[in-house]
Amino acid sequence: MTTSYITQVLPRVLIVKRPAAMRVLGDSFVASTKFEIVKAFESPLPLPEFLADQSHPVSAIIAPVHVPVTADLIRLLPNLRLVVTTSTGVDHVDLVECRRRDISVANAGSSYSEDVADTAVGLLIDVFRRISAANRFVKQRLWPLKGDYPLGSKLGRKRIGIVGLGSIGSMVATRLEAFGCQISYSSRNRKPSVPYHYYTDVQEMAANSDALIICCELTDKTLHLINRDVFAALGKQGVIVNVARGAIVDEDELVRCLREGEIGGAGLDVFEDEPNVPKELFELDNVVLSPHCAYTSLEGLEQLGNVFGLEY
Amino acid sequence: MESIGVLMMCPMNSYLENELEKRFNLLRFWTSPEKSVLLETHRNSIRAVVGNAFVGADAQLINDLPKLEIVSSFSVGLDKIDLGVCKDKGIHVTNTPDVLTEDVADLAIGLILALLRRLCECDRYVRSGKWKQGDFKLTTKFSGKSVGIIGLGRIGTAIAKRAEAFSCPINYYSRTVKPDVAYKYYPTVVDLAKNSDILVVACPLSDETRHIVNRQVMDALGPKGVLINIGRGPHVDEQELVKALTEGRLGGAALDVFEKEPHVPEELFGLENVVLLPHVGSGTVETRNAMADLVVGNLEAHFSGKSLLTPVV
Repeated sequence: MTTSYITQVLPRVLIVKRPAAMRVLGDSFVASTKFEIVKAFESPLPLPEFLADQSHPVSAIIAPVHVPVTADLIRLLPNLRLVVTTSTGVDHVDLVECRRRDISVANAGSSYSEDVADTAVGLLIDVFRRISAANRFVKQRLWPLKGDYPLGSKLGRKRIGIVGLGSIGSMVATRLEAFGCQISYSSRNRKPSVPYHYYTDVQEMAANSDALIICCELTDKTLHLINRDVFAALGKQGVIVNVARGAIVDEDELVRCLREGEIGGAGLDVFEDEPNVPKELFELDNVVLSPHCAYTSLEGLEQLGNVFGLEY
Repeated sequence: MESIGVLMMCPMNSYLENELEKRFNLLRFWTSPEKSVLLETHRNSIRAVVGNAFVGADAQLINDLPKLEIVSSFSVGLDKIDLGVCKDKGIHVTNTPDVLTEDVADLAIGLILALLRRLCECDRYVRSGKWKQGDFKLTTKFSGKSVGIIGLGRIGTAIAKRAEAFSCPINYYSRTVKPDVAYKYYPTVVDLAKNSDILVVACPLSDETRHIVNRQVMDALGPKGVLINIGRGPHVDEQELVKALTEGRLGGAALDVFEKEPHVPEELFGLENVVLLPHVGSGTVETRNAMADLVVGNLEAHFSGKSLLTPVV
């Protein structure tokens, strides 16, 4: 007896380069019965030929930060309906082109927010209390030789200015409140339901803060938002923590201020030209560096995989 | 008061030294090559001893100082002071509670984050240039993990309050249940370790709590669990800890204190799942100044016949 099968063509989702999450979690990261993954990175063909070779056109793309979704790429995908990033940031996606072509853009939502907030707090405590530097001191066998380590600075009652009070910024705020910090924020709009002091101007907030934590999006308005004037306002004891995007901070100016003692210290997870980090920072003990992994805990990535399943 | 001899046991804080020198005849125990001679020469003028977490006042020292009236510790921990002998001889003892609670609790959370998220290793990774070759590996999330606290005193409570802001369920072990506390109580440290992802030592050191974290506790914590010690080195069986870490039976450790400071077991230096600090729990400018003010304040109160600020005995 013959059985006829109705084969349904599942929507095709393109992955140009393997995202970090997939390297770790394997194909199960985005396995779904609702769509089929098309892995361009497994083919020796250049992308245009690879796409031309496909039996069915691609209607969605998973876009990690290192694969910019440019107008050129979008042009190769005439049936594209959806861009899904593996990041919270969408600054690597040509939003204007997407809007023109009526392509939806979805991000990782708040899958990462807790981890990024945790790292921001971890970096802040590390800088104030010199944790990484003191760990180096002990592991280099210097404690018996040099005696006591230089004192750090108390976190309690410090004034913390959060730049951008979205999902990540809010989580940073609630964590730091528990340490007795005084929270203020700067954002595109005032948030009436939050108890923190609002500043329209980041420089003014810097003048009234002991530390700034950068948690905002990178847009043309926030490019080099943290500049020479902000550093001057923050002052010699002030600390910067950046878990957002490198380009929000004028990196050359930051390096100069740190080397010359114009600001007190920095905790940085992101840089203007990753993975390149200004070598001058390596000589400094009041700087803690992280290779853009604020968001990468195993649990966070598993949560991201769930979000993808839902978004499609 | 300039004739009152105050014996300071080791270098601990230059602000404290200066303030003591202004008011008393300060004798620095560590600068004397022949300590017994120092004690003999000044035995009738030394009326106070200032100690800290490293060196305090043991029975021998107390017996060598017949005019000793007060021991003022530049620490909250009293394990280096023979309290029994002090009580017997009517010698007052003061410490520095409350002013350092926040700093120690802040450090405990900082250590948890540094350990779980590998912040120190990440920093090393970037400085070594390895990031150009590839991303750092995945780390472990802190938010939401269960935190088990040994000792729910001032410091333990402050740690719990901070961990709650990270949505961590809080468990604790204490000599007795604390009735007004919403955290889950475990009657033994092994049970606490079995049911917690992160175990934090925050109790005072006494004969009962020496090696309170032993092999059994470490095995209960397991290869996914981590230990944070901001108490005293002898709380943890250090030899067993080294074995548990090198054999992979314990997930990781972040330690601010050790059994024989400043010596740290060699085997720990190469482990990336270990964070080591040189006893800096209260090590901020602000807190050490506040602690110094308490030491000086207690001595001044005592020698002017006023009530002690923070008496223990």
